[in-house]
Order: sequence, then C-alpha cells, then structure tokens
Amino acid sequence: MRLLGHRLSGGAAVGFAIILANIVAISFARWIAPYGEADLVGDVWAPPSGADWLGLDNLGRDMFSRLLFGGQTSVSLALLITALSFSLGIVMGFTAATTNRWIDAALARLVDIIMAIPQLILALMVLSVLGTSIPVLIGTIAILDSTRVFRLSRAVAMNITVMEYVEAARLRGEKLWWIMRREVLPNALPPLIAEFGLRFCFTLLFIASLSFLGLGVQPPEADWGSMVRDNATAINFGGIAPLVPAAAIALLTIGVNLVVDWFLSIHGRAHGEGA
Amino acid sequence: MTDEILRITDLRIAARTEEGEEKILVQGIDLTLHRGEVLGLIGESGAGKSTIGLAALAYARPGCTIIGGEIRYAGTDIRTLSRRERRRLRGRRIAYVAQSAAASFNPAKSLYRQVCEMPVRHGLMSYAEAKKAAAQLFAELDLPSPETFGERYPHQVSGGQLQRAMVAMAMSCRPDILVFDEPTTALDVTTQIEVLAAIRKLVRDHRTAGLYISHDLAVVAQVAQRIMVLRHGRMVELGEAAQILHEPREEYTRRLVSVRAAAAPPAEAAVAERGERLLELNALGAAYGRLRVLKDVTFSVRRGETVAVVGESGSGKSTLARVVCGLREPAGGSVRFRGELLPPTLSLRSRDQLRRIQMIYQMPDMALNPRQRVSEILGRPLSFYFGWPRAKVTARVEALLRMIDLPVEFAARRPGELSGGQKQRLCIARALAAEPDLVICDEVTSALDPLVAEEILKLLGRLRDETGVAYLFITHDLGTVRRIADRVAVMLQGAVVAEGPLAQVFSPPYHPYTEALLASVPEMRLDWLDDTLRRRAGRQGAEGPVIGAAAADRFALGT
Repeated sequence: MRLLGHRLSGGAAVGFAIILANIVAISFARWIAPYGEADLVGDVWAPPSGADWLGLDNLGRDMFSRLLFGGQTSVSLALLITALSFSLGIVMGFTAATTNRWIDAALARLVDIIMAIPQLILALMVLSVLGTSIPVLIGTIAILDSTRVFRLSRAVAMNITVMEYVEAARLRGEKLWWIMRREVLPNALPPLIAEFGLRFCFTLLFIASLSFLGLGVQPPEADWGSMVRDNATAINFGGIAPLVPAAAIALLTIGVNLVVDWFLSIHGRAHGEGA
Repeated sequence: MTDEILRITDLRIAARTEEGEEKILVQGIDLTLHRGEVLGLIGESGAGKSTIGLAALAYARPGCTIIGGEIRYAGTDIRTLSRRERRRLRGRRIAYVAQSAAASFNPAKSLYRQVCEMPVRHGLMSYAEAKKAAAQLFAELDLPSPETFGERYPHQVSGGQLQRAMVAMAMSCRPDILVFDEPTTALDVTTQIEVLAAIRKLVRDHRTAGLYISHDLAVVAQVAQRIMVLRHGRMVELGEAAQILHEPREEYTRRLVSVRAAAAPPAEAAVAERGERLLELNALGAAYGRLRVLKDVTFSVRRGETVAVVGESGSGKSTLARVVCGLREPAGGSVRFRGELLPPTLSLRSRDQLRRIQMIYQMPDMALNPRQRVSEILGRPLSFYFGWPRAKVTARVEALLRMIDLPVEFAARRPGELSGGQKQRLCIARALAAEPDLVICDEVTSALDPLVAEEILKLLGRLRDETGVAYLFITHDLGTVRRIADRVAVMLQGAVVAEGPLAQVFSPPYHPYTEALLASVPEMRLDWLDDTLRRRAGRQGAEGPVIGAAAADRFALGT
C-alpha cells in the first residue's frame, strides 16, 4: 500500500485503520448508538449482554452509546485545542526565529516562566479560578500546550532562516509574514505535523485527566475521561466499566502514534547524496 | 611487476534508491597500483571517484553496496575477508584522507590524541612511541615546531595545517596505500601548494601507493604518475599524466583539458570606459565586534561592467558583498548607487533600490526553496516588484526559462528535480527577473564542476551583453576572473591591495600579493609544482616565506 508516494508500513496501516474506525464511529454516533447519551436503560453496572455490548455504567446508562457520544466531545475538543495551540506556538516560534534577538529573548523567557510551573497544577488553578466552562478549558490547555510547540517551531525555523533562500527573500524586501508563511512554513512542516500527532494524544489524555479530577467536561455530557472517573469504583467489584473508556483512549493514542512514527521515519531518512 | 599492492578488477557498485530500485554507480573499473605510485582519479561530481576510492578500503557508503568485482590487496581479495579482518586492514594498511579536515577532526581532542589513536588502537605502538612517530611525521610535512604542534587543538591551527595533520593521521600506521579524497579542494590556492608539496614528498619518501581523487586535472597532474578519467561511473581513459594532459585520446578528456587551457592567457579585453558610475564604494569599513574585516575599501563599478573581487578566504570579499546589498551595516565610509547614498540596512532601502541590486549565491541548493516550484521562484520577483497580473507573469517566466536555455516545462518542477548547473541557471534567472542594474555574484561557479562552471560563465557573459547589467563578481578563482572580468580588485585582509583594469592588474609589474596569487594557480603542465616551489625557495632566502597567512601581513603593510 502506498500513501503520498511512500510505502505504508504494517504498523502505519494498523494506525490508519484505528484512526479511520474512530472517525467513522464518532461522526456517525447518532445513528450507530443504540441509546441516547443520558438514557437510563437498566441496572447499575450491568455486565455486557446481547443488547448492551459493553455493559451499563454507574447510573445504568448504555456504555457503548456513551462511548460514541463521549468520543465526540473528547476527540473534537482535543483536535480544537491542538489546532489552537499549534497556531499560537508556530506564529510565536517563527516570529522568535525570524525577527531580532530581543523579541526572541522576550518570548523565550515568557515561555520558560509558563513551563516552569507544572502544567496540570497551573491548569487546575486557572480552571478553579475562572470556572470550568468549555471555552476556558480550551483556552487554558491551548496556551499551556503552545509553549511546547513554540520550542519546537523556533528550533526548526532557526535552521531554516539561515538558508540562503530566506536571505534572498529578505533581500527582495519581503515582509516578515510572507517569509514565515511561504519560505519557512513549508520546509518546517514535516516535523511539525509529526509533533501535531503526538500533541493531539497528549491533549486527549490531558482533557481526560482534568475530567477525571472533575474540572473538565461537566455531566451529563459524556467524555472519555469523566467516564473513567464516574465508573472508577466499579473496579472494586470486579466490573469492566472504567476499563472501557480507558481502552478507547489508549487505542486512539496508539493508532495516532503508529502513524506519527511512520511519518517521522519517512522524513527523518536522509536523502542520498551523490559522490 | 612484483611490487603490485592493489588490484581492482571489474568493480561494480550499486545504490538502492528510495523506491527500492537498484542504480549502478560504478561499473567495469579495473585498476592496479604499485608501491610508490600515485594514481589520479579525475571526473566531475557523480563520476564515482569517491565511491571507487572508498571501495579500495572495501567500504561502501550507507545505501551503497559493492555488488561485484575483486579488490585484491597484496594478493588477497579483501571483499572475502571477515568484518574483523577488514577492520584490521583499514587505517593500518590502507588509510583515507578526507576532503574536509575541519569536519574530520574532533574539536575536543588535541591533535596528538587523534593522530596517535590508530597505531595505539591497532596495538602497533605505545602512546609515547606513537607521539614520537607523529612528531616525526609533522616534521616531514613541514609543520611548524613539530614537537609541540600535536599539543594544539584543531581550532588552533590553520586550514592547510589541519589538512596536513590529517595526512599525518592517515600515515600514522605507515600504511601501504593512501586514498586522498580531494584533500586540497577546500583550501585557498596559496595553501593548496603547501599541502600538495607535503603530500608528494611524503608519498615519495615512504614509497606509499596513493589514489588521488580530484576534479582538478592540473592538481592531479602534479602528484600522480598515471591518471584515470571517469565519467558516470565508467572509465573514460587511463594513461600517463603527460599523455592525458598533452595528448588526450578521448573527446571528454579533451574537453576537461581545454576548460583549463582556455583560462590560461589573460584576455586582451578592450578596456573601453563603459557608462556612468553605478556603484561607488568610498572608504568603506565593516567590523565584527572589534575585528575589522573591511578597511577603507574604495572602488567603483560602472554600468555594464564586470568587476571581480579576488582574495583568499578571510579576505573580506564576502563581507563586502553583504555590505553592498544591505545585509551588514558598514562601520564607516559610504556606498553610493546611481549617484545617491544607499541606506546602510535593508529595512531602510526602498523597494526600487532593493530591486536594482540582486544577488546570486555560491550554493544553488541552499539558495532555492525546495518546496517551491520553478514558476513560483521566478514569478515572485515579478509580481512583487512589478505587480503584474498572473498571465503576464507566466509569460515572462517562460521567457526567462528560455533565456537561460531551460525547457519551458521546467516551470512545474521543484529545485530537487534539477541538476546543480540547472539550479544555478535558475538563480541567475531569478536575479535577472527583477531587471537589476547590478548583480552580485558570490563565488557562483566554485561549487560546480568545471564544464558546468564554464557554461555558467558563458551564460553570464551573454546575459550581460543582452541586458547591460553590471556584475560584482566575488571569487577566489583567478581563472574565472580572467575569463569574465573587465576590472579586478585584489583583496587581502579586508583591504584592497590592487585595483584596476584586468590587463593592468594581471600583468607586470605586479603587486607582490597578486603575483603570489597568480603563481599559485595550478597550471596544466607536469612541472608546475616544481617550478613554483623552486621559485619560492629562491625568494625565501632573502624575504622569508612568501605565501601563507603570516606572510600576508607583509603584503598588506606594503601598500
């Protein structure tokens, strides 16, 4: 199998299959799910049966249906946050790399300060002060995450801005924005896309852990992290309920990572140079 | 002959491409090497010279494999040896000297540590013995104070000295065969002589066999008894050095020889005063911190004129280019362009001022954005400076491609799909797209093969005649200067030591530094190195060494 002119490895094929299955399941949740998101359909923590494939949760809601609807929230939130943090991080990183060293130093120190505080604790603080609404959640995680993207994109752009084609663009009199967009960005894309995949996984886990702590998505809306929390006590009775959403998170993370690994391997390979 | 040391028969080397196809790099190469003999391997890039050189160590670069043939060292086929046995051979009996000494030395270890590493690791000598042997090699290679030279670190010695230290490193186990891979290519001409002389002496004294790889026929002829001409991984011609130089049999060899020959006589250019003064540099200075890299540079370029700025590395010629185009702020003096004072930095210059001065770089690979198509690379200056609509830009891009003799279909390609020469043509077209008055050419031919460089020079000459553009041509290659320049400025340590029409600067009476530079350009005859060394030795009695960084000061003071 080939994709974008490169041979697809076995691992990458599995990764793509997982991602594709997730996308289909989540986007058609409304038609696939046998019950509604908040419908009470039976006993608390009923084991899996023919009607309820994955059993019921702590309030007697269908696990499978909630998994599909929860995926909608989790995955779209993670996607939105990652996209936001990348836009922010890349613009800051490229600006630091292409302008003068004062702006570079100021941005780098600002990022250092944010990174000096443990991410989860900072997020908990912000969310408990500003309240746990979805926009605040998105904004907080995106800003925290953008510090990592800033570091990477700055380093990548530094290597590109010393190239003579960037100098040629400067000599032509091009504006900073054009140089960043047309000369630097296309060449920085491979490592950034690979990082995007990884960051997406981290964000998914981060939202899950915030939800688990009760500061993320609020009930009755489902999301994979809060589903783990709600059903956590079932572990004591030997129930599988908390493992189901955890497995969903793990599976998607593995799938994305397989694809990212493949992407890194085709772009990390040195292009042969003649003698 | 009984003292045959290396025999390669029917060597075939292939590389695996990304698509998994096999590409033959080298095929059907036969060569023999006797003790004390140096065989020159010559060819353009991609000819397979280095690949063959490395194959003499039974080594292939990652991605390449030796798929056939025998490599017999002293009778045994080293391809059949085990990994372990081969490792014992490499460095000890067959050693390699790479092109870039700076990249081959570990900057964190002293030279002694690195030169002595091989004999100690192979268990041939103790460290103390190895140090003694190394000091002796340093002395043989004419390195300064050989006893203490090895205590220095790579950054504390000059490029030519480091290159010789690498020869000492390769010689440290007293190998039977040395493979030299373009050992002088990265050096200035005056330094090249020292290294060439040292290599030749050492090989003779130790009766070491050598494979000398180079793209410069004149250089190879000074050290090699026989020369093999290669092209596309196949042998074109093999013969005695004199025969290759004076009676080449093959057409390709003839072309290689004639490129150099054409550069020999100073062109009798009509030094008609061309148009008005375009660029005037007046007492221009520049500095990196406290280090002054340009000192009172004064000269001018007229419309349609080619002014060459010549000098060795570190002479400040590239800094001069950066100051003129606004990338570096001058520390004094002024730059006048079309009669008006040019603002010191890019951001202060108007778009029109930027348009009128364009730049062409040494490395076309780095000067072209690999992610842009040719149409975009050529089209951007047009839409940026002139604001033309798309249809007009497309038409002009096609005209530009025709102007540089590239097919119009190339507009859809990316730089990665072009050859080195085609990329440089593209850079020229990009510069001319802006319809400039002045184009700064920074070593535009030095990264190219001689035949390709020749075509680029011809193209530049033709385009100058067609468009009336002026060139500020920065180079270290005097052959190129003779071919293209109307006027010459010779730079030494940031100052212009000689300036004037080509015929005047390059004919007696010379400025002593110009003479030293001219004498250092390898000529297409076997006894050139001997002559030059003899001439230099004659002068040394009275004045001390004439060439080298230390002597450079004297020339500068003389002006």
